Amino acid sequence: MATTKRTVDVQLSTSGLDARGRPQRTPLVLDERGAAVAVEAPPALEPDFASEHMLINIGPQHPATHGVLRLVLELDGETVVRCIPHIGYLHCGFEKIGEYRQYNQIIPWTDREDYLNSPGNNVAFALGAERLFGIEITPRCTVLRVIAMELSRIMSHLVWMGTTCIDIGAFTPFLWSFQEREKIYEMLDMWVGARLTTSLTRVGGMAADIPDGFTDKLRSFIQRFPKTLDEVDRMLTRNAIWVGRTVGLGVMTPDEAVNYGLSGPMLRASGVAYDVRKDFPYLDYETYDFEVPVGTNGDVYDRFLVRLEELHQSNRILEQALRRLPDGPVNVDDPRVILPPKTKATSEMESMIHHFKVVMEGPRPPIGESYVAVESPKGEKGYYMVSDGTSKPVRWRIRPPSFVNLSAIPRMVEGHLLSDVIAINASIDIVMGEIDR
Amino acid sequence: MSDAFAIMRPGFAAPDAPAPATPRAVAHRDGAPNPGAAALRARFGPAIVRVTVVWGETTVVVDRQRALEVIRWLHDDPTQRYDYLVDVTAVEFRDTEQPLEVVWHLRSLPFRRFLRVKAELDTKGGAALQVDSVWSVYKAADWMERECFDMFGIRFAGHPDLRRILMWEQYREGYPLRKDFPLRGRFSRSEQLRQALAANPESRYSMEELTIADAYEDLPRDMRDRLGRGERTGE
Repeated sequence: MATTKRTVDVQLSTSGLDARGRPQRTPLVLDERGAAVAVEAPPALEPDFASEHMLINIGPQHPATHGVLRLVLELDGETVVRCIPHIGYLHCGFEKIGEYRQYNQIIPWTDREDYLNSPGNNVAFALGAERLFGIEITPRCTVLRVIAMELSRIMSHLVWMGTTCIDIGAFTPFLWSFQEREKIYEMLDMWVGARLTTSLTRVGGMAADIPDGFTDKLRSFIQRFPKTLDEVDRMLTRNAIWVGRTVGLGVMTPDEAVNYGLSGPMLRASGVAYDVRKDFPYLDYETYDFEVPVGTNGDVYDRFLVRLEELHQSNRILEQALRRLPDGPVNVDDPRVILPPKTKATSEMESMIHHFKVVMEGPRPPIGESYVAVESPKGEKGYYMVSDGTSKPVRWRIRPPSFVNLSAIPRMVEGHLLSDVIAINASIDIVMGEIDR
Repeated sequence: MSDAFAIMRPGFAAPDAPAPATPRAVAHRDGAPNPGAAALRARFGPAIVRVTVVWGETTVVVDRQRALEVIRWLHDDPTQRYDYLVDVTAVEFRDTEQPLEVVWHLRSLPFRRFLRVKAELDTKGGAALQVDSVWSVYKAADWMERECFDMFGIRFAGHPDLRRILMWEQYREGYPLRKDFPLRGRFSRSEQLRQALAANPESRYSMEELTIADAYEDLPRDMRDRLGRGERTGE
């Protein structure tokens, strides 16, 4: 095993089961002779309920809570006995506002809930609305949406990686990952003219086709990106500090994780290979060749490994999507939802009336309801829409993955140290815009 | 490695099922219903009010008194195994004649199935909006039911800690997602500001937190006096 100045090679071994029947992993380090030996396992943290307890408040204005989350902790010494989260500081009533908006007018709101994953939200909402309208999108649009979804997954995971590194005490990977993220923002800027609030899709198509030069930029990104990932991998995966601060924290068993409704990397780190892209496919994801990484221990370290591998897999999907990108129209040929071309709308009376009616009255889906879920970077993101036949939904419900994932935090942090609460909270990958909506 | 951590692959209970694929040309009505619907009819009979298939998604409307029983059976029965609660929410229609609906979205990971269960609540006549909580079956229901209570005022009987989640505990304007709630809220901006400025520090904490072990003893005297008089909002 090669050791460098900065990192110590660490192996992981399962040394047995703890009192709760969960596997206990201890890092192995090299002794003077180069043999791997187990680090002395820390004594089990059993809170002493008889002693004096302390109430401590973290947040809502605290950088390590990733937004405006507030955690009230009951501490016994430094051990968490109970955790009571408070949310809602960012509540804007998106679902209420959606009842007063036409379907295409809701798309800008979807940018603002999970703002690290705006293109993915736009696509998810458009898919839900299209099922409600009974629209089949064009092949080119399907592939463009896959590109948008995977780019936004990479973007979101990179933010997660950077900020979690900062929480745990590593600064450099933050710079590397934000540098790559900037490249994606540049591409989105080329595509729709916005970086954060993209509003990329419309019901039945996209806001715009990709511009000239986009595919070249994407191709060079795909080629370069794995190198950055390998650097982060070298820096963190076998780093003794990183391993020591993440292994064995916030463990969820598979049954527990399913029962708590976790999704996304949180669920897969616990050993449940549930990925909406594989199990309830959309956008022809079943025709792409990619793997679903699954963890075995359900701790913070496994969540990191799962997300790191997902970045590689997203890159693979992008490569395949770019190769198969077909020519043809982006928008469906459906006058109910799609506007006539601008030149026609300003020169022909019928097209102008058509344009006016689609914009002012809005498309009307038939009476019905639809729930469409996609695999967002945080987990299963679903949009549930109910139509009563008018141009505005009766109910627009967001199924927020980080809301459900966060609801398991009292379970995950109990019995851990206060400093581990930060690592566990970071591993959930919360975005408060989505939790509070 | 213990069996508790054996990797679980969705679809393992139905190995002969066709590979999942993107749905195409989905009919608006009269698609093939989920096999769970027929099984529920056979098992519960009159408790199943109706079964509809819209855009390929099966909806089973059940009697609200027996909703928990139905969902527990769907979770436990080896031929159904709906082990994943996707969502708990409610729908109120603009048409006041239509009842308010509580919606549970369930997934069966072992069979790769999706089912929507609904219970109808009558909003007329001032009857209490109440259904049984499914928290005893799915821990995921905890915050979802709290949100549903917060936004619609539906009481989930049996929930361990049913209080507001997105709005603050002293919020008095009602239930924001009900159709009779105006988009701008019920109170004027000046009234909202007055309430915010009048709030005491203790209103930021729930009673549960304020009574945690020794924390109560450490509170300032004026705070303890107010709490002793039962004042929470500072008005």
